[in-house]
Amino acid sequence: MSGAEDRQSILDAIRSALHPKGDDTARKQAVRERLTSHPSNLVPRRGKASGDARLKLFIETLEGQSAKVSRAKSANDIPDIVAAYLRESNLPAEFRTGSDELFDRIPWDKTPALTRHQGRGQGSDAVTMSRARSAAAETGTLFLTSGEENPTTLNFLPDTHIMIISKQDILGSYEDAWNALRDIYGARTLPRAVNLVSGPSRTADIEQIIVMGAHGPRRLHVIIVG
Amino acid sequence: MKPQSRAFKTNATQALTNEPLKKALGGIKHGFVANRARARANLPEFEQLRDEAKAVKEHTLAHLDLYLEEYEKKVTASGGHVHWAPTASDAREAILKICQDAGAKTVTKGKTMIGEEIAINDYLEDAGITPVETDLGEYLIQIRNEAPSHIIAPAIHLTKDQVEADFRKLHTSLPYDRVLEEPAQLVAEARKMLREQFLAADVGITGANLLIAETGTSVIVTNEGNGDLTQCLPRVHIVIASIEKTVPTLEDANTILRVLARSATGQECSTYTTFTTGPKRPEDPDGPEEYHVVLLDNGRTEMLGSEFHDMLRCIRCGACMNHCPVYGAVGGHAYGWVYPGPMGAVLTPSLIGIDEAGHLPNASTFCGRCEAVCPMRIPLPKMMRHYREREYEKGNTPHRYKLGLKLWAFAAKRYRLYQALTGLAIPLMARFGKRSGRFRTIPLAGGWTRHRDLPAPQGKTFQQLWREKEAKS
Repeated sequence: MSGAEDRQSILDAIRSALHPKGDDTARKQAVRERLTSHPSNLVPRRGKASGDARLKLFIETLEGQSAKVSRAKSANDIPDIVAAYLRESNLPAEFRTGSDELFDRIPWDKTPALTRHQGRGQGSDAVTMSRARSAAAETGTLFLTSGEENPTTLNFLPDTHIMIISKQDILGSYEDAWNALRDIYGARTLPRAVNLVSGPSRTADIEQIIVMGAHGPRRLHVIIVG
Repeated sequence: MKPQSRAFKTNATQALTNEPLKKALGGIKHGFVANRARARANLPEFEQLRDEAKAVKEHTLAHLDLYLEEYEKKVTASGGHVHWAPTASDAREAILKICQDAGAKTVTKGKTMIGEEIAINDYLEDAGITPVETDLGEYLIQIRNEAPSHIIAPAIHLTKDQVEADFRKLHTSLPYDRVLEEPAQLVAEARKMLREQFLAADVGITGANLLIAETGTSVIVTNEGNGDLTQCLPRVHIVIASIEKTVPTLEDANTILRVLARSATGQECSTYTTFTTGPKRPEDPDGPEEYHVVLLDNGRTEMLGSEFHDMLRCIRCGACMNHCPVYGAVGGHAYGWVYPGPMGAVLTPSLIGIDEAGHLPNASTFCGRCEAVCPMRIPLPKMMRHYREREYEKGNTPHRYKLGLKLWAFAAKRYRLYQALTGLAIPLMARFGKRSGRFRTIPLAGGWTRHRDLPAPQGKTFQQLWREKEAKS
């Protein structure tokens, strides 16, 4: 069978199983409506937390998932936090980022020991840094979007991943986070990859014992700005 | 793999005396089961979310043709290609062709049960292409040339000593006297060995936990990050997914994700959930240049609208097998094919036929725990019963069983006779079993008592006890 015939045979089989003698108008209407209005299902109460309660939930959940969380009053404080973290963790004082305008606003020269490289992730990267677009406090999850600003490979290749998120981008639920992305990218449109990250890489495939750093970063350090 | 489900009884009997297996399966109760209970207790809305997740899938299945068309439209608009595969062999051919067109020599793979179902690894290998499993559990069983024994923890049957022995045999470029005692050391070694493969692969193949019609997106859920390295590094990314993975919107995906990890590993959410839409965009510095989705039917459309329709709601979390006393005793390999445990006992005969897999629906005590924990509320015991009936009608039931059932039915349908027989047997058994409280052997019931003791009855039948209780109140 050709591709078109294969396609038709599967669709025909579904139709004959679902509605042997059917008028499709109502079904089509239901599908169109659901896709355009994308109604929300039940959002757990914890996803509706606001203000300090939301921030606390986000930090505690993320820490519970083995990430390190720091606070920066403003972008100006980031270089010192990063330098201190890399020193304490015995890591080289260099890292790679994408072209996000946030990284240009950070006064890296304040801490001369730090070296910032730019571009997509390399197999040899020890430390990378990305900016998360939004976050959902309900499960301590950060949303990262692909593109030149924050290449996807930076999220998975290094040993240590540092993520920067503005306090105002931390939202309550997954629904809120997706709506924030809809505002940026438009209806029914997503960037090539959206990575939801909730901690460092791990595996429990050997005797159900959790080990960090299976294939992705062994360490995740989230810096909240604001 | 070729189904071995006909040999369930032999496989199960062997499994019961396999000591490393017993040790490995013993961890499920303190791991998956305890963690799920904690996650459920931690989310007050969990039961309501199960109802909603079920409703999402019911709505999707009732409109599946339309959502698939919408999904395809969005994939195409984002620059991807959709390949429709009515059978496993159609899917294999489509995948091989994409790999050959890309001139692929090695293919990295994220964990995919559909990949197991269509036995894609053997097919690629026969065509001279090397598939490399990158999920640690899948890597461990690929080394051993074994099938997965659990749908989310494929190597759950292995102990760390076995893994150590395998690594020493396979990774011969490393010094033999290296220390490999702790899981952390084994994981670090696998990370190092697989990192080179990730960077060298020409094609990456992943499965999909969800396909989203709203945006033409495929979703994978992992803890290791291996699926992401598989799909963002090679030049070509192939997603293989069965048609029932579709959901309408991102909101519907949220609902399913809220019950998936909690039911599977007991995490609030998995470490990485990745939403992928099409190939690399012009301004993107990374990502695959080609993005293909192979949509597999392989028997699903026949389940649609049948008495096994509800099985199509399954999201492959593995909770049913984690809580199943039969699975916990015999492990996944005894089931003889790709899908073990209660979900496998229903899905396997649906996909490969009752003649091949008729034993599996019988591998149940009907205790009902699988249905009680299923996030999608799939009535698994009811569907196993359907298969038992079919098997009986087809005449596949052995003569001895039929005779036994007929005798029992004869007595059970005659109330007074049943009362008289049980009224005689129970006190007698109570007297003989009084000292130890249990029977080690019972004549004609050796098949049962060979592996466990039968607790001795206390002296009265259930009916007698019930009458006394009623009289008291």
